[in-house]
Amino acid sequence: MTGNNIIKYSFAFLAYLFVQVFILKDVVLFGYSFGLLYVFFLLTLPLEVGTVPLLLLGFGMGMAVDVFYDSLGINASATVLLAFARNPWIKANTPRGGYDDYIPPTLHNMGLGWFTIYALPLISAHHFLFFYIDSLGTDFYLLIVSKALSSVLFTFVLGVVVQLLFYKKKKGV
Amino acid sequence: MQRILLFLYSLRALILFIVLELVAAWFIFSYNSVQGAVFFNSSNRLAGGLLDKKEAVVSYFYLGVANEALAEKNAQLLKKLEDLSPRDDSVTLEIDTLFRHSYEFWSAKVINNSIHLNQNHITLNKGSNHGIREGMGVFNELGVVGRVKGVSRNFSTVISALHTDLLISSKIKGSNVFGSTNWDGKNPKSAKLLYVPRHVNVQLGDSVVTSGYNAIFPEGMAVGFVSEVKPGSESAYLEISLELSTDFSKLTYVYLVDNTLKEELDSLQLQLDQFYDGQ
Repeated sequence: MTGNNIIKYSFAFLAYLFVQVFILKDVVLFGYSFGLLYVFFLLTLPLEVGTVPLLLLGFGMGMAVDVFYDSLGINASATVLLAFARNPWIKANTPRGGYDDYIPPTLHNMGLGWFTIYALPLISAHHFLFFYIDSLGTDFYLLIVSKALSSVLFTFVLGVVVQLLFYKKKKGV
Repeated sequence: MQRILLFLYSLRALILFIVLELVAAWFIFSYNSVQGAVFFNSSNRLAGGLLDKKEAVVSYFYLGVANEALAEKNAQLLKKLEDLSPRDDSVTLEIDTLFRHSYEFWSAKVINNSIHLNQNHITLNKGSNHGIREGMGVFNELGVVGRVKGVSRNFSTVISALHTDLLISSKIKGSNVFGSTNWDGKNPKSAKLLYVPRHVNVQLGDSVVTSGYNAIFPEGMAVGFVSEVKPGSESAYLEISLELSTDFSKLTYVYLVDNTLKEELDSLQLQLDQFYDGQ
């Protein structure tokens, strides 16, 4: 990663974090759909970022969000799971002819079909773990599932809109 | 030896993954309980300061509602004051000064709030510098809000009544039957009243207030109204649903209450417990 990229992604880290804790924290549709947009920071990091830095970044991002949500460890554990699963999942979805080097796996670069197959399962894993831990001690399984499913949808739509608005082709932010 | 190290190195991602998940799990279990220790939360200086700035901007949008509620509370208090102040044509006697000043009050502003998780917390813009301490009760003009969990110098974190682990000692006004109010995580407008025996006659619309037993809240503070009563399945208790008095989606200003006699009460209780354990 070049120095330019590091500045760019540091900025993205802060932007995702602030949007999450100052705006999206108060936006919960119908009391069910949470928009946990910050996971897209990890999803759109370049392909060559290894699993170890991904895990550390995911843990950092999750902890930072947790501080503002007063839910210490919940976002962190869900995000670490996502970070761990990301690279193997990208590998499993390699298109014919392989990936171009040094591009971030964004909507513009990969197309909606690939991006949906890539992002939806990862977001689902993150959200189900998040809502499962949050609900430990209660027994409303149907409520957890409906919260998680509607939040996956909301997060995904938010992420797609953000990429259409702010991302350019072949580049990061 | 070298092969073992190489093998471990090839598993470094998996090992780091497990370590980080364990750290997160440790945080979850040590923090997300009512009694848990507090390290990183929204009352730290950086997060609290940022939240305070955000609140300064956002609060303009609901100043009207907040003002109206405060004015209403003021009117109620003025009426109470009128009732309590001595009349010119009568003589009042101080019965016992020991009963005075057993509660102290503060006010604070809510700068962070959530209602849709299962374990909701609130952040206030006052901390130990202003005299706030752990364990104080929090309420607003409508009813109970929660209990202070941790304080930093300028901010404090409150466990909301919308936290599935928090129990509030309550009673049904009128019949004086005791129970514990607990949120079930479903709907931010309602909660459950636990441990009310089946023989008690509970009517819809009965008002539920704090009992004053756990010494966090003074007696008689509004908690909610009974909205549903069902005979509990296989248990000796009724299943009672409450409609909460406090509107948690619109918290702006809150009051904090400290029972200055709490330590004495607690130590008395402890002595009693030790006495019975010794028997």
